[in-house]
Amino acid sequence: MLQDLFSKVKSRVSVDKHIQAKSGVNIPSDLMFKCPRCGKVEFMDAFQMHNKVCSNCGYHARLTAAERIEEIADNFTFTEYDKHMKSVNPIDFEGYPDKILQQRRRTGLREAVITGECQIMGHPCALGVMDARFMMASMGSVVGEKITRLFERAEEKNFPVIIFAASGGARMQEGIISLMQMAKTSGAIGRHSQKGLLYITVLTDPTTGGVTASFASLGDIIIAEPKVMIGFAGRRVIEGTIKQRLPDDFQSAEFALQHGFVDMIVERRDMRKTLAQLLRLHSGEVAYHG
Amino acid sequence: MAKTAWERMQIVREKNRPTIRDYIPLIFDEFVELHGDRGYGDDGAILGGIATIKGMAVTVLAHVKGRDLKENQASNFAMPHPEGYRKALRLAHQAEKFHRPVICFIDTPGAYCGIGAEERGQGEAIARNMMEFMSLKTPVISIVLGEGGSGGALALGVCDELAMMENALYSIISPRGFAEILWRDASREQEAANVMRITAEDLVNFGVAEAIIPEPQGGAHLDHDKAADAISAYILKTIPKYMQNPIAKLLQNRYDKFRKIGKFTEQKGANPV
Ligand SMILES: [Zn+2]
Repeated sequence: MLQDLFSKVKSRVSVDKHIQAKSGVNIPSDLMFKCPRCGKVEFMDAFQMHNKVCSNCGYHARLTAAERIEEIADNFTFTEYDKHMKSVNPIDFEGYPDKILQQRRRTGLREAVITGECQIMGHPCALGVMDARFMMASMGSVVGEKITRLFERAEEKNFPVIIFAASGGARMQEGIISLMQMAKTSGAIGRHSQKGLLYITVLTDPTTGGVTASFASLGDIIIAEPKVMIGFAGRRVIEGTIKQRLPDDFQSAEFALQHGFVDMIVERRDMRKTLAQLLRLHSGEVAYHG
Repeated sequence: MAKTAWERMQIVREKNRPTIRDYIPLIFDEFVELHGDRGYGDDGAILGGIATIKGMAVTVLAHVKGRDLKENQASNFAMPHPEGYRKALRLAHQAEKFHRPVICFIDTPGAYCGIGAEERGQGEAIARNMMEFMSLKTPVISIVLGEGGSGGALALGVCDELAMMENALYSIISPRGFAEILWRDASREQEAANVMRITAEDLVNFGVAEAIIPEPQGGAHLDHDKAADAISAYILKTIPKYMQNPIAKLLQNRYDKFRKIGKFTEQKGANPV
């Protein structure tokens, strides 16, 4: 249950350690938030009050899965699926089990995605939320299997699916098994879609790599949060190939909108009612009754 | 003694390793190349067309490697842009319409990483191919010729049966990239190749590949004809198996093939092993 989830998850914003280190100033991350986009530093309290949105540039900072579910789902309606599913070591890669254990201890999460069902302003749906704190929400067997089961259950129950995507890409430590999760999830989405059911993806910071190249890009409707990073290849990889610096807005939500890969950019404070509206527009309430 | 992944990598990188352009006249009786994605352009990194093998029409989709700089510039070193994947999807739907089986030849380091690729939706193009190939109502066979790298390979790899050339490799990322990301040391490429489990036998063990096509002693570069004959024999033996299946069963089996890939535990409190 959700309460169980919250008890284990310490609500804390993810601060980009890289940027923090570069600043040369030691900012206690519990007290201050430094925006990775514009560099503005503000008090954590004010930042939290503002839904973890930068007051200067509007960057929508990362939320934990628990925070996201609390913001989106109607109170006490979220029931988690497959909560005990955990990673093993499919290619016997040295150090991977320790890495997983360390991530589990650090985040209180069992893996990088939480799935389940809930209601949003009274509309039932299946919900998947990725949490970038856990190995950058990379997709290995567990993420792939949980997302696949989410669509299969939704198909059985005639539920729409909403996924809040965030990911650094494929889980390298699971080798080819990780790659195959892209095909597996895409196949499950296809079946859910063929049944005439709705799938909405919300792209949050950052959505990249194998997740962009699979379930994140297959929504009937694709929403992005403002200023978040969305792309396939890593920025540094591209810069290395073309030997020049990319513009700041490259691979932003706004860039994706401009190039036709998202339907709309929605601010966090409007997300719940936007999702509820879209669910209603695909429900029996508005169907043709001639 | 079976060769290590690293030894195979050297074979696959042989300059005279046959590319799809070498194989086509050796495997197929006729071939008509078709161009363009009908939306943006024609990507030289992916080739598509209609061919016949022993009088049977098939649609061929393939990554295009070059053997010299000029060829590689034309085919962007077999690293496709989104329009390449969209061309492949267009021709796959054409094959479905005309009840031709599709044969995909995979030979790519990965999808291209660049500005245009991002602007035109590299992620979306790969994702859509996987979803659409999963329900394509005609048999699809994929064969990894040399290297299969990442999502750029998988966009032509959602199939009823995957075959690996004996020395071919199929991986989540190049061993060099793997070493760079996980060990922050690209020079450990050889070590990475050998721990990543990327050989034909590894992939059969994982249930990712179903078949291994033998190469001439020492590698396909030493005898193109013999390598091509082995591919022809494999195609002729395999296509009828899938053409006989009713479409519903074909698609269910294809879904199940990918559905079962993944390793995890659901035991309460279990630690990773
Ligand atoms: Zn800011």
